Amino acid sequence: MLSLERHLRDAMIATCIRALPDEGCGLLLGVRESERSVVRDVIASENVLHSAKVYEIDSKVLLRAHRRADEEGLEVLGVFHSHTHTEAYPSPTDIAQAPDPAWQYVLVSLRDVPTVVRTYRIVDGAVSEDEVVGH
Amino acid sequence: MSAVLRIPTVLRPALGGAVTVSVEGHTIGDVLSELTNAYPAVKGQLLNDDGTLHRFLNVYINDDDVRYLGGVNAPVANDDEITLLPAVAGGVA
Repeated sequence: MLSLERHLRDAMIATCIRALPDEGCGLLLGVRESERSVVRDVIASENVLHSAKVYEIDSKVLLRAHRRADEEGLEVLGVFHSHTHTEAYPSPTDIAQAPDPAWQYVLVSLRDVPTVVRTYRIVDGAVSEDEVVGH
Repeated sequence: MSAVLRIPTVLRPALGGAVTVSVEGHTIGDVLSELTNAYPAVKGQLLNDDGTLHRFLNVYINDDDVRYLGGVNAPVANDDEITLLPAVAGGVA
């Protein structure tokens, strides 16, 4: 379960809208409480691939997020990115490149109004949807 | 040269389980080759067959991404901190 307060959800969507026409992306910092991942902050990243079809988090943003997590007793809980014209479901590329089975993979679909935010776990190529609460 | 290597959660099982290890080498290429020799399970996850850095691995010396320091030829100094982090990427393509 992903616990995401309204203002953090809005910050994530704003990052994705600002990135248009490209995919937007960023990282989620927070804490894990048994089955619940509680987001404490949303860290926007430049999409260094500058593409409407693929994204990559800026390597410096990634390092800073991990350092900050260590300093503040938090964890990098996962990543979010937008699909500009397709549904909020992981693409084959997303699945193949998912590095961490413990992460939440949040998809923001800007195709739909209102914006759709969904989260998934990806373990050994198997996708399962998780619940987003708190908004 | 002796440096400290920080290993991300996802690579720990394949690299002996430690969070940090002490590594030797004059370049990042030396360090990663040495790791691959010691832990064959990570072969292909750190370096490509031609000895270049794997596309989806970020390697940092202190605060800098080694892609901007010469890639596998980036020099390692005594007491440097080397961090490995899987790149975070994807998309609909």
